[in-house]
Amino acid sequence: MSSSVKKAICFYFQVHQPFRLKRYRFFDLGHDHYYYDDFSNESIMRKVAEKCYLPANKVILDLIEKHKGKFKVTFSLSGLAISQFRLYAPEVLDSFRKLAETGMVEFLAETNSHSLVSLRSRSEFERQVINHKEMLKEFLGVEATSFRNTELIYSDTIGTWVADMGFKSILTEGAKHVLGWKSPNFLYCNSINPRLKVLLRNFVLSDDIAFRFSNRDWNSWPLTADKYASWINKLAPKSELINIFLDYETFGEHNWKETGIFDFLSYMPGAVLKKTPFRFMTPTEIADTLQPVSAISIPSPISWADEERDITAWLGNEMQVAALDKLYSLAGKVNRCEDDLIKKDWEYLQSSDHFYYMATKFFSGNICSRVIIFIIWQQNFSPMAQFMPISTLMKHLMMHS
Amino acid sequence: MRVLMFGWEFPPHISGGLGTASYGLTKGMANIDDLEVIFVVPKAFGDEDQTKVRLIGANQVHVAFKQVFYKGSKRPIERIEVSSKIVPYTDPDDFWKLVTSEVSSYNFYVKINNKGKVDFSGRYDTNLMDEIYKYSVVASVIADENEFDIIHAHDWLAYPAGIAAMEVSGKPLVIHVHATDFDRSGGSVNPDVYRIEKSGMDAASKIITVSNLTRDIVINKYNINPDKVETVYNAVEPVKIAENCIVKKGFNEKVVTFLGRITLQKGPEYFIEAAYKVLQVMDNVRFVMAGSGDMMERMMRRAAALKITDRFHFTGFLKGSDVFTMLDMSDVYIMPSVSEPFGISSLEAMQSNVPVIISKQSGVAEILTHAVKTDFWDIDAMADAIYGILNYPALSNMFIKNGKEEVILLKWDNSARHVRDIYYRVIDNKI
Repeated sequence: MSSSVKKAICFYFQVHQPFRLKRYRFFDLGHDHYYYDDFSNESIMRKVAEKCYLPANKVILDLIEKHKGKFKVTFSLSGLAISQFRLYAPEVLDSFRKLAETGMVEFLAETNSHSLVSLRSRSEFERQVINHKEMLKEFLGVEATSFRNTELIYSDTIGTWVADMGFKSILTEGAKHVLGWKSPNFLYCNSINPRLKVLLRNFVLSDDIAFRFSNRDWNSWPLTADKYASWINKLAPKSELINIFLDYETFGEHNWKETGIFDFLSYMPGAVLKKTPFRFMTPTEIADTLQPVSAISIPSPISWADEERDITAWLGNEMQVAALDKLYSLAGKVNRCEDDLIKKDWEYLQSSDHFYYMATKFFSGNICSRVIIFIIWQQNFSPMAQFMPISTLMKHLMMHS
Repeated sequence: MRVLMFGWEFPPHISGGLGTASYGLTKGMANIDDLEVIFVVPKAFGDEDQTKVRLIGANQVHVAFKQVFYKGSKRPIERIEVSSKIVPYTDPDDFWKLVTSEVSSYNFYVKINNKGKVDFSGRYDTNLMDEIYKYSVVASVIADENEFDIIHAHDWLAYPAGIAAMEVSGKPLVIHVHATDFDRSGGSVNPDVYRIEKSGMDAASKIITVSNLTRDIVINKYNINPDKVETVYNAVEPVKIAENCIVKKGFNEKVVTFLGRITLQKGPEYFIEAAYKVLQVMDNVRFVMAGSGDMMERMMRRAAALKITDRFHFTGFLKGSDVFTMLDMSDVYIMPSVSEPFGISSLEAMQSNVPVIISKQSGVAEILTHAVKTDFWDIDAMADAIYGILNYPALSNMFIKNGKEEVILLKWDNSARHVRDIYYRVIDNKI
């Protein structure tokens, strides 16, 4: 097979759980230095572990064994997710380690706390990425060579930072407004530093699984592995790379086991291998194998959130901006501080989820807004109420540092 | 003398000054030998089990009698609970939603049969206007079944009930104006609310207002004969808080507190602007906006835009001992109300040894000497006052010491005696 006909399909899953914050009251200021809702964190982690992580990891391990080197997947595990596995679901971490040992799974680097630091500070960004690389090495025994930023946030500048850190490729959204007439189904490279390859998510095929799989009003319901493979095959003449990027919770949590999502996952790789010219690859392998067709210019940040595919889910109102600015104005103080607990608190506070909970923008009715589903359980909270503990916390940190 | 009193809320289910004031007054009246009070409140939704809620749907309102003993009172006050779907306005947002939502209540007819059951025909809704109407229907049942000499209705929600009781019994009606819609709305008055207020004022033999500020509104905006309107100032309950209920301040900074509903009436935006000014010249201070309301999100956005969110706290609605804890932590209490009929909370702050800054547009400004008074819009004066009290201990101590002495003299017993005088005058006129 000559290199010109090599076609790749990349399956990537995001695994992240924030440390949810408890209701921190004004009266607690100066008395109480514990900010986490242990009950929610433990019960949610246990629930998602039982419904999604453990059964899905088992299906994927079976697939890897069955297809003997032909099935490969990619994961990103945020540092906060790894920390919570260690606390509440160590068997999940074991099952990921088992996947890592097969050599068929690539784990991507990111900012340890799934933070928005890439929108504020380069030095802090680099520090957090290095932390995460160390986490991956320590707990999964892997060396990360490709990168995925929080919620696929990407811009040309962020790309150059990532390239300078030695990563070979980065994942982001195949957003219509940056692609224009271009197709997401090819490999691109960063417009400033072409050494960094850019993988663009095919949101149609991805959302077919993530959002439409269990929707009975969808004219393609029920989605079978063969049907899905035939869609991919149709793209073959005009495509070199299909990127299916999903929240891992798609399996078992957003789509319950009863919808047949695990059966779909079990049969789909076989169908793709049999019926299409695409071969499963991971981002680093893709960067080494495929040739980029062009540079892609993305001057202002995009993400995979909502219809807008921008960063307004986290920085769309004054409160979010004020909170993020305050948070990173502390970076110097916290890094000089010796107290590990404060450093940890500062890190846990950074996860993008807390900023997402403060969002007040009108959510587009289209089901493509994936993060909405991810935090659906949070919707009944006032986004304001979530702002309070964070601002209070930051005050606490300021008093200490 | 027996008084049939209609209120809308009663401790512990209170949302603001109305509940506190009617409760305080009633307790004061219980200490007067020749007064006997029957207090009627709509039962809060959720307090009662669902079967009773459904009974209303089946055109039946059950009336239960209960005796409540007050500590410190000589005698029990009879309190009649009307088990109903009536929702006291626990939150001003909900209140306004109810008031401004479509009112479809005018096309149903109510018949009261001799068994005290209420027959509804036509559409049945849970909106506030319906509830007020329903309350008035039940009030006439209660008026029919009880002996009393005078009727006393607190605020517009209870005026129709008072009028209904008056019509059934022929006894004179006294209404108590704790606030008007001009205070609550900042001028854009709801015509339906105005109509109810006006009809209550017209029907009443005597109108009690909580301040001359409110008296002027009643006279000028509702065209009421000044002779009919009399001011009885509110008072404040002596606080007895167990020290162990109070959480001590966990940090060494000054605290400036706003405690109230975050609505246009209370002037929260002026507090934020003043806080911003103070923070330009000193930094060891935190500002707290305790409460909730329809302007909360706007206020948060404003604080964020001014970049003072690390110094400006929103606690949400506080209740019970949290209020006293908050006051105990405070170094200044501020009430920048745009239009405040009275403002009991400032008296509670003074009792808790906190200097107060109040707007000139508040009723309580008429009786207080040892409080800083500024115009609600004068954020410079407010910022000056905050800064002065925080930085000059002599000033702060003066307000604390004299304020406490002043507020001790404001007793509900005095207000209750004043109300009793009014009752006798009303009844004598009748006879």
